[in-house]
Amino acid sequence: MTEKNTIAEEFQEAPPRVSEWRRFWRVFLQRRIVIFGMVVLLILVIIAIFANFLAPYDPYRGEMEDSLQQPNSTYWLGTDIQGRDTLSRLIFGTRTALMVGFVTVGIAAVIGVTLGLIAGYFGGIPSMIIMRIMDALMGFPMLILAMLFAAVLGGGIQNVIIALSIATLPAYARVMNGLTLSIRENDYIMAEQAMGSSNIRIMLGHILPNAIPPTIVLITLQLGGIIMAEAALSFLGIGIKPPGAAWGAMVNDGYRYLSQNPVLSFAPGIAIMLVVFAFNMVGDGLRDALDPRLRGIL
Amino acid sequence: MAELLQVNNLVTQFKTESGLVKAVDGVSYYIDEQEIVGLVGESGCGKSVSQLSVMQLISAPGEIAGGEVIFEGRNLLQYEANGPEMRSVRGAKIAMIFQEPMTSLNPVLTIGQQLTEMLQLHIKMDGDTARKRAIELMSMVGISGAENRIDDYPHHFSGGMRQRVMIAMGLSCNPKILIADEPTTALDVTTQAQLLELMKDMVQRFRTSLVIVTHNLGVVARYAQRIYIMYAGRIVESGTTKDIFANPRHPYTMGLLKCIPRLDEEEGTKLVPIEGLPPNLINMPPTCAFLPRCSYRLEKCAKEPWPPLTPVNGNHYIRCYADTKEKSK
Repeated sequence: MTEKNTIAEEFQEAPPRVSEWRRFWRVFLQRRIVIFGMVVLLILVIIAIFANFLAPYDPYRGEMEDSLQQPNSTYWLGTDIQGRDTLSRLIFGTRTALMVGFVTVGIAAVIGVTLGLIAGYFGGIPSMIIMRIMDALMGFPMLILAMLFAAVLGGGIQNVIIALSIATLPAYARVMNGLTLSIRENDYIMAEQAMGSSNIRIMLGHILPNAIPPTIVLITLQLGGIIMAEAALSFLGIGIKPPGAAWGAMVNDGYRYLSQNPVLSFAPGIAIMLVVFAFNMVGDGLRDALDPRLRGIL
Repeated sequence: MAELLQVNNLVTQFKTESGLVKAVDGVSYYIDEQEIVGLVGESGCGKSVSQLSVMQLISAPGEIAGGEVIFEGRNLLQYEANGPEMRSVRGAKIAMIFQEPMTSLNPVLTIGQQLTEMLQLHIKMDGDTARKRAIELMSMVGISGAENRIDDYPHHFSGGMRQRVMIAMGLSCNPKILIADEPTTALDVTTQAQLLELMKDMVQRFRTSLVIVTHNLGVVARYAQRIYIMYAGRIVESGTTKDIFANPRHPYTMGLLKCIPRLDEEEGTKLVPIEGLPPNLINMPPTCAFLPRCSYRLEKCAKEPWPPLTPVNGNHYIRCYADTKEKSK
């Protein structure tokens, strides 16, 4: 069988397989700044999970006689006007920030991706209705829209999440809509139809897996923005309400005592900056690692 | 052998801004069980569209405007295009292989995932059985070391190997008919020959009928039992392979055959191309579409509409007024 032999030879000559995962990690961890971002995020996640054990004091109740202390050996980052330990509040604020970030991104991504997929796959009237609503939402800056919803719904972590989800959802819908439009034109989608697959099977089993890498990058890049927006809402007093520990609210609490105890505002400010920076760096690294056009170059 | 698929008067049209394009205009043909049928024509003559219409895979702005597709006693065109009945025919009863093996497999799923998907969907196999069957199918189409290669991604495979996988996928659910839409056009000649042999062996083994859609007369000459020649959305000549090659009667078929070199010709014989271009399918006149390029034309041809397929000899039909037999001798 000459035919079998050619295939066998081809098989033997094939270069050793490079695992996709190994390539992903190599490119992803190539830049030091990405590793730094990753480490910062890991530490923050650990802090958020173990906040109860790590915080030296109760973040919600302070001793009035310890009010507005400078950083010292008892209170490492000092205390606020009510005598609450800044470090403990910062640690619990990490939990708030990350929870708002991840939950919001989860909700917005699931709903946005679904809407974009439906609009892109079916086109026509469903696309008209969905994408025009998304365009209308996109017409407003994200923060303004979030402020509007937060103000209408009232404060509290749950309402902040809802407001931010609605405000960021159009980005996912738009990206997914574009991806679906291009992916569905591929021959393998037609081949899949010719094999008797239903629309839902094609959408979830064939279009979605092709759209995941760009969506993951969008998610990481959005996380920073959402945490920033949550801080802004809390700073303006329409986000997480006292006594809840939120970085934005802490900056606001602290800035009245800026001259007496600058750490009160600076500590949460630096935390916000750090987390946004870390998310953006990780997003950048992911984009490099997941972009098929850079395959072979990096 | 019983008739398996009968297509009657199929009309598929595309509504475009410059007018109505009848890509398939009243095409009728049949396929017997375990038969290999060739559908030949140049680019844009409607051969692929006619096959996609049978599967109801025409999307807007195209629409199937008329005709019937009788398969196992039911008219497939009565089913909703994406309804469960049509989906249970696609892949399971009538499978299709496409032209471009490089893009016909989903790049983010492994070969195994794509092969087992069909088995699980149509034959309701469980995961392990489907995987075993997929490995078996891969070995059958000549992919050695199938157990090791089943978890590879399509980009690990060459074009010829991907087309082998497509053949395995097409036959995985043991369909009654396999439609191969220009299955070898994108491959080099040596691979073409291997794949055509493979397809022939496989359809014999699976007792499947095969429709080879191609613009290459050489491809069908060796494998097909019957041939349909299409021109401008219609079938202009049909007959057994012997009829078509030894005794072509339609001027178009005769022209096509003059364009390909033959071994039994005297040395130095020049190939004769068909003059002119295929017609624009927008708003076609009722007269014969081949008329402007025809060297056998009669006065009658310009006045009267295109004749229906008329028998010339037994199962050999042409759609022409001219008595080409006289002239060609």
